[in-house]
Amino acid sequence: MLRFLLARLSGLILILLLVCVCTFAVFFVLSPDPAVQICGKNCTPELIDQIRANLGLDEPLLSQFLSFVGGLFAGRTYGAGDAATHCAAPCLGYSFQSSQPVWEMVTERLPVTVTVAIGAAVLWLLAGVVGGLISALKQGTWWDRGAMLVALSGLSIPNYVFALVLQYVLVVQLEWLPFPQAVGFAADPWQWFANYLMPWTVLAFAYASVYARLTRANVIDTLAENYVRTARAKGLPSHLVVRRHALRPALTPITTIFGMDFAGLLGGALITESVFGLNGVGKLTADAISSNDQPVIMGVTLLAAFFVVAGNVVVDLTYTALDPRVRVKSV
Amino acid sequence: MATVQSQPEMTEGGPPPLAQGTPERRILRSLAADRGAALGASYILLIVLMAALAPLLVKVSGWGPYEFDQSAVDPDMAGAPLGAWGGAGLDHWFGVEPGSGRDIFARIVYGARVSMLIAISATALTTLLGVVFGLLAGFHGGKVDWAISRVMDLLMGFPALIFMIAILSAIPAGNRAVMLVVVISLFGWPYLARVVRGQTISLAQREFVEAARASGAGGAAIVFKEILPNLRSTIIVLATLAIPGYIGTEAGLSFLGVGVNPPTPSWGQMIASSVSWYSVVPTYFAIPGAFLFLLVLSFTVLGDRLRAVLEPGGAP
Repeated sequence: MLRFLLARLSGLILILLLVCVCTFAVFFVLSPDPAVQICGKNCTPELIDQIRANLGLDEPLLSQFLSFVGGLFAGRTYGAGDAATHCAAPCLGYSFQSSQPVWEMVTERLPVTVTVAIGAAVLWLLAGVVGGLISALKQGTWWDRGAMLVALSGLSIPNYVFALVLQYVLVVQLEWLPFPQAVGFAADPWQWFANYLMPWTVLAFAYASVYARLTRANVIDTLAENYVRTARAKGLPSHLVVRRHALRPALTPITTIFGMDFAGLLGGALITESVFGLNGVGKLTADAISSNDQPVIMGVTLLAAFFVVAGNVVVDLTYTALDPRVRVKSV
Repeated sequence: MATVQSQPEMTEGGPPPLAQGTPERRILRSLAADRGAALGASYILLIVLMAALAPLLVKVSGWGPYEFDQSAVDPDMAGAPLGAWGGAGLDHWFGVEPGSGRDIFARIVYGARVSMLIAISATALTTLLGVVFGLLAGFHGGKVDWAISRVMDLLMGFPALIFMIAILSAIPAGNRAVMLVVVISLFGWPYLARVVRGQTISLAQREFVEAARASGAGGAAIVFKEILPNLRSTIIVLATLAIPGYIGTEAGLSFLGVGVNPPTPSWGQMIASSVSWYSVVPTYFAIPGAFLFLLVLSFTVLGDRLRAVLEPGGAP
């Protein structure tokens, strides 16, 4: 078990390093000179040179990369002499736009993103797994067909379109929900809840559709297994057959994709957050893209990659706990 | 000889059931009999025709995608379209864009070109890459397999959407459509390659491959004549199911402002510019939204049904 864990962790670090290299390559090699961008309109060549020196852009690419990675783990110092600023680890550099440390910007926004992800996850797990299970047990009925049709729509509607439809119907036409406003939970719990309700629904609809289809298919498959027939034959009540024999193996693959999906969402629900004006990591990414704020884009990309890769490891560990067959293989 | 076994799983339990007519005929017939698949296919055909005949359609409707019609919008109302339903009527069939007064029908028709062209090119490129690398990894095994598998792990471990946006926003403007296709395919091929690799590994151990090898066939001949034909149905299904994903990705990237450059119309971009108008002119987001939704839905249904026909017993 320990060896398995160590192997996974070293894999995690390797992939993160590769992501670092790729992000670095994209932003510092391919894209236009950031110094020119920061400098703005009233720019002189001397000023550009100074900015480049401050940011360390005048050094060779390899040493730039090494100081970037070094900054991640040990912090780094920009500039020299009186103008020097120290950026503590984990240092992701400073935003070109607001000059704030990227790490601070990201951690400030993370709670919103986590709230979005958790609320949506609760909704989609409930709707997806329960809906899929009922569909599987009532295979071929009107419920099943209706639920699968809804799931198909959920797969096909782009989330920004659904977001606009929802906002138009619930807020503008029916006036059931107030217009989104930035408030803290303590200030106005109802407004706070209403702000999150639509993003949760929009995200959950898409994921729940996938989960419902998967759960339905898996449960139908396991119900056809011999051991389920045996359980029925020995007279076990139907609900126990479903709960003890059919559901558990059917849900194992669901845990896998759930881990991946949830980890992916922690990197920011880009579109949903922007459409609903929620100040999370996703909105930060979208804003950084439109203002071409490379350090921020780089920071959020790394963060998202970290969550995805870490989610992968967590999924593998849970899998070993849930499915004894994997445990045997890994030893 | 190997093409007969289009369903590898089924040959274990005896010969495959005798089908009437050629396999293609049989598949087409069972798809046509399925209401969902038939409806989906008709809608896709409609959009393809619309995209192909765009210049002609625009001539009939009277307004091009880049023509401004200031007489259709109300300057006193910040450029809101005149008339109900976003200014829809005989003059502008789907109404006009608020502000500029550009004809929405023309932009939908031309947007269909962008959407279909990018999604289909990306699917073609993804399929090519996926099949080539999947075959290489599965057939050669060893170091080749190890290297390709690690690259696939890496690409699939990436937060693909964020990375696509990052790349597209970092690279200075060029031919956006080509770049979209390249970037989408770059992150898309591992999903196909993984399946192709797995099936190649199991096919390579089958008796008919062994027989071909024993009768002196070389590596290339085995791959192209024995293994590839058996992967045909898997590839068709995966490609069909990839198209709706890529349509959505293109629209999403255009929605976020890193897709095709304006003024080239794209459905995702139209929806993005409708966001600030959604409460006043709901048709502005509803029309491109509905076209996009139905196109993705049609491809998904068609792919689902194709899978049911081609791979009975496969995943849902």
